[in-house]
Amino acid sequence: MTPSPVTYPMPADTPELTPLEFKPRGSGAFPKTLTLVAAGIIALMLFVILGNIVLGGIGVISFDFLSSPPENGMEGGGIFPAIFGTVFLVLLMTIAVVPIGVLTAIYLQEYTRPGSKITRLIRIAINNLAGVPSIVFGLFGLGFFVAFVGGGLDSIFFSDSGGPVWGQPAIIWAAATLALLTLPVVIISTEEALRTIPREIKDASYALGATKLQTIRRVILPQAMPGILTGGILAVSRGAGEVAPIMFTGAAYYLPYLPTKLNDQFMELGYHIYVMATQSPDVEATKPILYGTVLVLLLLTFLLNFTAVIIRSKLRARRPNA
Amino acid sequence: MPEDKHHTDRNRSDTNMSPNDRSIETPRPEVRDAGYVPKAREAKPHDRETGLPNKITVEHQNFFYGSHQALHDISLLIPEKRVTALIGPSGCGKSTFLRTLNRMNDTIPGTRMEGTVRLDNLDIYRDISDLSALRTRVGMVFQRSNPFPKSVFDNVAYGLRVNGVKDKRIVAEAVEDALRRSFLWEEVADKLDKNAYLLSGGQQQRLCIARALAVRPEVLLMDEPASALDPISTAKIEDLIGELRNNYTIVIVTHNMQQAARISDYTAFFFEGHLIEYDATRRIFTKPSLKKTEDYVTGRFG
Repeated sequence: MTPSPVTYPMPADTPELTPLEFKPRGSGAFPKTLTLVAAGIIALMLFVILGNIVLGGIGVISFDFLSSPPENGMEGGGIFPAIFGTVFLVLLMTIAVVPIGVLTAIYLQEYTRPGSKITRLIRIAINNLAGVPSIVFGLFGLGFFVAFVGGGLDSIFFSDSGGPVWGQPAIIWAAATLALLTLPVVIISTEEALRTIPREIKDASYALGATKLQTIRRVILPQAMPGILTGGILAVSRGAGEVAPIMFTGAAYYLPYLPTKLNDQFMELGYHIYVMATQSPDVEATKPILYGTVLVLLLLTFLLNFTAVIIRSKLRARRPNA
Repeated sequence: MPEDKHHTDRNRSDTNMSPNDRSIETPRPEVRDAGYVPKAREAKPHDRETGLPNKITVEHQNFFYGSHQALHDISLLIPEKRVTALIGPSGCGKSTFLRTLNRMNDTIPGTRMEGTVRLDNLDIYRDISDLSALRTRVGMVFQRSNPFPKSVFDNVAYGLRVNGVKDKRIVAEAVEDALRRSFLWEEVADKLDKNAYLLSGGQQQRLCIARALAVRPEVLLMDEPASALDPISTAKIEDLIGELRNNYTIVIVTHNMQQAARISDYTAFFFEGHLIEYDATRRIFTKPSLKKTEDYVTGRFG
């Protein structure tokens, strides 16, 4: 159907215009269907993955499962050491990554001129760091933290102790490696938060005689806090799921004790899953436990993300114009 | 008495009069010391001529953003405890000029100033190493109200706290004093612990004025303080300025010609980075000495 030409009241001397012919372009149903299908595939995939894991794992999870160590070559028992190790690892990682990441972001946003050479150099470094495969971080951690830093400490302070003290895979080196891996996440989300703080607010602080440090501490950081927390928690949930960086730097196949010192090895959920899936002598026997472990890891990550969302929205609510 | 007039103005604006009626009926505050004629483009201070002390003396000021020169050889005397308005079209340099008076431009990288700016006898670009001390003497109110995302109380107390006032009683007294001076006390006395964003736009701007007043400045710089406000809130800000002029030296940038005429004693007209004419407000708006000024204030351009 072609639209009928429209005529407008015109002054007498206006030349008559040729009516425009508009081409019909269809109802738009096809693109809608196409995009719907794409979105549907995503939703379906997630549903299948989650459904599979929940169905397979829910029966295994019990208080005993969560609170006891593995038994019978991982064909029985629970996963408490892996949960404990994961939480300990991620905690150490957070202690390392958040201050360094936040300080870097503050330096980039508040102390350097945007687009200056040094800013660009650091930014290139961060972007490249974010693009490095995690297995490379693992090898780097082994070479740098375990062998170079740990071995160096040993040769300086513990040369007479008879064996490696720090120069061996340990939770502190695994945490350091993970911190390196998650650093870009923290820097980028903190920078994002700092960038949203209006110039006027900073100006107001300076105009009242506040120094730069006072302005950062009293005005900028409180306002950037939701963004910083988001970055921190994103880093945690990313770090909690990584296996490659920790397998050479501190994660253990099986440990009869819990890590209590910084140079202890540790068990970790992701690595535990990897071990059970690939190294188990009887795959069928470990399958329910495997499902249960995956479910626990997923729930832990969801819980962390959920906490992040809650904290963020609570803090956001305090400043209605944000 | 000008003071009495201000009181009536304020009462009237509280009774929800149409802002148009107000702008017609409000008698412009009488220009005091009309004999004092600061002249543009003359560097010599005129205080000997008039006996009026100059609070701020600007001489041969050039200002650059990188290689772009925003101000050209500005020389201007700003009298104490008077309202001086800076007018001119957008981009004429009036805001830049205002921000040189408390060195706010220092926060913008790549800027440079030549010439001198003196506060009383202090050269604020050469004799001062501590910017905090300068900025507690020269306060500033910005175009968009910019309270911190903190409570009303903490907003006003901010300037005191960053400058090392720790005594809770002194802080509380100063906060109340500042809020009373900005005629906000009655409105916010029961919500001092509420977030400042819960106040209306006009209240937020008066809160920003209170915040600036809390550190007891001598000079108050205002960068189009009412341009984002509705007419009623604007009227309240103008009345407030009318009250503050008795105790503070006020320099105000405004786009609103009637506002400059209503509230200021002296008016400086900037154009393309030059100070074109500077005179008693009444003269600027009735018989300016330059054609360009007349064209601008009568709305023929700009």
